[in-house]
Amino acid sequence: MSTLTFAKWIADAPGWVLGLSEGLQRFLFQLFQCFIYGDRWKMYLNGLKITFIVTLGALALGVVIGLILAIIRTSYDSYTVTKPPIILRILNPLVQIYLTVIRGTPMMVQLLIMGFVIMMPKTQAGGIACGIITLGINSGAYVAEIIRSGLQSIPKGQTEAGRSLGFNFFQTMWYIVIPQAIKNILPALGNEMITLLKDTSLVSVIALRDVTKQAQNIVSVTYNAFVPYITLALIYLALVLILTKLLRILEKRLKKSDH
Amino acid sequence: MTTDKRAVITVKGLEKAFGANQVLRGMDIEIDKGEVIVVIGASGSGKSTFLRCLNCLEDPTGGNIYFDGVDIADVSVDINVHRQKMGMVFQQFNLFPHMTILRNMTIAPIKLLKMTKEDAEKKALGLLDRVGLKDRANDYPNQLSGGQKQRVAIVRALCMDPEVMLFDEPTSALDPEMVGEVLDVMKKLAAEGMTMVIVTHEMGFAREVADRVIFIDEGVIAEQGPPAEFFGNPKSPRLKDFLSKVL
Repeated sequence: MSTLTFAKWIADAPGWVLGLSEGLQRFLFQLFQCFIYGDRWKMYLNGLKITFIVTLGALALGVVIGLILAIIRTSYDSYTVTKPPIILRILNPLVQIYLTVIRGTPMMVQLLIMGFVIMMPKTQAGGIACGIITLGINSGAYVAEIIRSGLQSIPKGQTEAGRSLGFNFFQTMWYIVIPQAIKNILPALGNEMITLLKDTSLVSVIALRDVTKQAQNIVSVTYNAFVPYITLALIYLALVLILTKLLRILEKRLKKSDH
Repeated sequence: MTTDKRAVITVKGLEKAFGANQVLRGMDIEIDKGEVIVVIGASGSGKSTFLRCLNCLEDPTGGNIYFDGVDIADVSVDINVHRQKMGMVFQQFNLFPHMTILRNMTIAPIKLLKMTKEDAEKKALGLLDRVGLKDRANDYPNQLSGGQKQRVAIVRALCMDPEVMLFDEPTSALDPEMVGEVLDVMKKLAAEGMTMVIVTHEMGFAREVADRVIFIDEGVIAEQGPPAEFFGNPKSPRLKDFLSKVL
């Protein structure tokens, strides 16, 4: 697509534009160039699609990983008198290593290693999978600690009541402890979701065309950084506000049984 | 293993230590079917630990507990199956706050005994009716008073059709005016022939309902007997001392 210059644009501009000051004309030109010319607004939308897919995928993966890790750690810790079974004695140190490594290295570095050393995706779909897995593994480490503290916040009597009815450890967790813990961990988990959403902006380093990458592309063809990057910031801000609102609603719903 | 056919639980040389702290130092007792046993003792004597060992909420560190002829103190036994037949009532009620009363009562029979939802609810409502709480079935635990919660906790355990009911100070967390309603439910249960082991400080209740009272002191059964003799003619000086303080 040919580059649009200010001179070319002003020549075709409708009459009312000509009456404006030069500064306003230039601003309108930038908006036109970054959104309307060549249907560039679609680039933001396409980027948002990738951002959503990666966020939701990583979120789901992170919660699953986090839950499993938290249960391993909690059940290991529940053996205070007797020795835990061999499987837990193997898994627990592995979990510790995982938590240490993931929380001890930057997300950006993890993406670079996954993208260019381990998975090396060749297609956009492969890239998306790579992004989801990397962010999910990263998020899982933080979610694990959040869930663990949530599980520990439930009084021991609840576990004992469940066990005394004949439920095994996992049934007691699933039916009794976890549903109650969710209420307590929701605020912290919400924070983690927001962090994760914003962290997806890093997937551009593995060539994923998320909304951040698309804004960068627009900047590189228009030589105009102001409008695309401010727009980008507003998009993330709007998404976070929506997410915050949804979490509020969910929290209120879960409070119903409190009376 | 030869146990008296009537014995539901046979405890032999039961020991429990928390680290270096030896709480139970070898306890032996046979609990017969339909027998109501009240366990008393000073705080720290090990009476709650003894009760909690009976369904292995605390893992014994020594000895055997035969329940229906199976040694459940053996770690290779699947304790979950046996716990289904031992109901337990806690001092702090421990109802599940995120479930309605009905759900509290039906979740275990549905998930563990594979009862249908209809059957389980019918049974739960019947039991709730017997303790005068049928109209609270769809309320949440936090909407109930302490006495009501404890009555629900009792019928929740009964929903599993247990062979034995264990009570760990069931009235200790209640306001005084609510103690009676809970004890009444327990009396009814005893009259119906339920095997019960009750840790309590309610001496009047022990005198009235117990078939046998046992006194635990420093991790052993120091004295036991039918209530009339136990309270009327205590033999050991420790029991005499204890009774003089609580009666």
